[in-house]
Amino acid sequence: MPRQLALPGGLEHTLGPLGHGLLLTLAMTGLAFAGALVLGVLLAVCRISPVPPLRALGTAYVTVFRNIPLLVLLVLFVFGLPDVGLLFSLFATVTLTMALYWAAFVCEVLRAGIRTVPVGQAEAARALGLTAGQNIRHVILPQALRSMVQPLAGVFIGLALSTSLAAAVGVAEMTGQAEFTTLKYDQPLTTFAATTVVYVLITLTSGLVAGQIEKRVAVRR
Amino acid sequence: MSEQDRLLFDEPGPRARRRIRIATGATLIVVAGLLALMIRQFAAHGQLDADQWSMYGQWPIIRFLLDAIGRTLLVTVVAAAIAFPLAVPIALLRLGRARLPRALARGYVELFRAVPLLLLLYVFLFALPRAGVTFPVFWQLVLPIVLSNVPVVAEIFRAGVLAQPRGQAEAAYSLGMTYWQAMRFVVVPQAARKLLPALVSQLVRLLKDSSLGYVVSYVELLHQTQVLGEYYHTVLSSYLIGATCYVLINAGLSRLAALLDRRRSDG
Repeated sequence: MPRQLALPGGLEHTLGPLGHGLLLTLAMTGLAFAGALVLGVLLAVCRISPVPPLRALGTAYVTVFRNIPLLVLLVLFVFGLPDVGLLFSLFATVTLTMALYWAAFVCEVLRAGIRTVPVGQAEAARALGLTAGQNIRHVILPQALRSMVQPLAGVFIGLALSTSLAAAVGVAEMTGQAEFTTLKYDQPLTTFAATTVVYVLITLTSGLVAGQIEKRVAVRR
Repeated sequence: MSEQDRLLFDEPGPRARRRIRIATGATLIVVAGLLALMIRQFAAHGQLDADQWSMYGQWPIIRFLLDAIGRTLLVTVVAAAIAFPLAVPIALLRLGRARLPRALARGYVELFRAVPLLLLLYVFLFALPRAGVTFPVFWQLVLPIVLSNVPVVAEIFRAGVLAQPRGQAEAAYSLGMTYWQAMRFVVVPQAARKLLPALVSQLVRLLKDSSLGYVVSYVELLHQTQVLGEYYHTVLSSYLIGATCYVLINAGLSRLAALLDRRRSDG
């Protein structure tokens, strides 16, 4: 079969699948980050609660999930879960795995953020007769949340980049599409350059947004 | 209770202590329930049978895994040995006065921090061979890891240098040292000592990155657990064993980093 007349760099071949891959990447990033935030908050609450087994549980979770490479978790869940009769769609499994992995990092960011509040502030609030709940809501969280903007953006960027690992277990997100397109159409440079540009755009945008938010809410001490 | 806990809670009184005891009991019951569910699920699918686990007590299998761990460590050490020293001049160029090198260093750092490691790996695996450049498997894994970690380490160094009191460099200049001399003899040695814990933590990331050997079929730990699982039909148990090895090694490294950190803040 004669080769089709191609646009420069084979653009018409790369844009379609890459666009599809980009959508998948964005969907995974968004869902996994939302999941990681929810679970991370729960874990942080466990880790700072006065109940000993909850603390131990939170600590164990963070130790385990922070020290396993994400790719190991991915293959464990994608290829291992069906062996105990738990079969989910590939997309759901991968997104859930990433949420579980990054939740450990979110938890540590929250804990570090709470640590930035000077102890004297909490003591002063208690001396004024604020209850634990009021203290957390009105004194500690408003200050702690502000110091978490940059590190949370770091987690977000790390998560967005790590969605590429889904390609290694067979999800055709952006990096996966780049690989297929390269193998199929022999345009490695254009494909990889285009994919790189998109990743750079994602990270730069999130960095800038975080910078703006931080500037607006910064606490001067 | 530690310093941090006093932030959120007073010393509990009798009522609070009773509530804590109740919550402790409830947590233990829920955790026991979850564990029982998990064990039942594993048992129902034959994952607790002796043939799934007995092999890990045999020396040839243990040696196979130890060999794989050795290669994982080799990748980590070689990548660190190249990336850490390379990161210092890049950090210094980014801090220096020469405009063009500063822009180049910054461009490199920003670009390679934004590219996923797997994409870099694919470039080495698929794109470069088409251009006639092929590396041995080991370097197909190590070089992308180095490229993506140098910017991160460079940023760690840069933060360390910026955290040094300005007077240190100024004193060096007033003694007639050049920028590079001041950095080499005065600022970097002090910063490096302070950054030791952060650098050890970075080893954890390098070690985690080495699991991408799975993609290039380099025989490190993850790849070998996959081989083991497929050969003996013990997919789940071998991945679990592999994951446990990673946790043990990396938790050890993290503990070392914490220890160094404590020694530093004591002294």
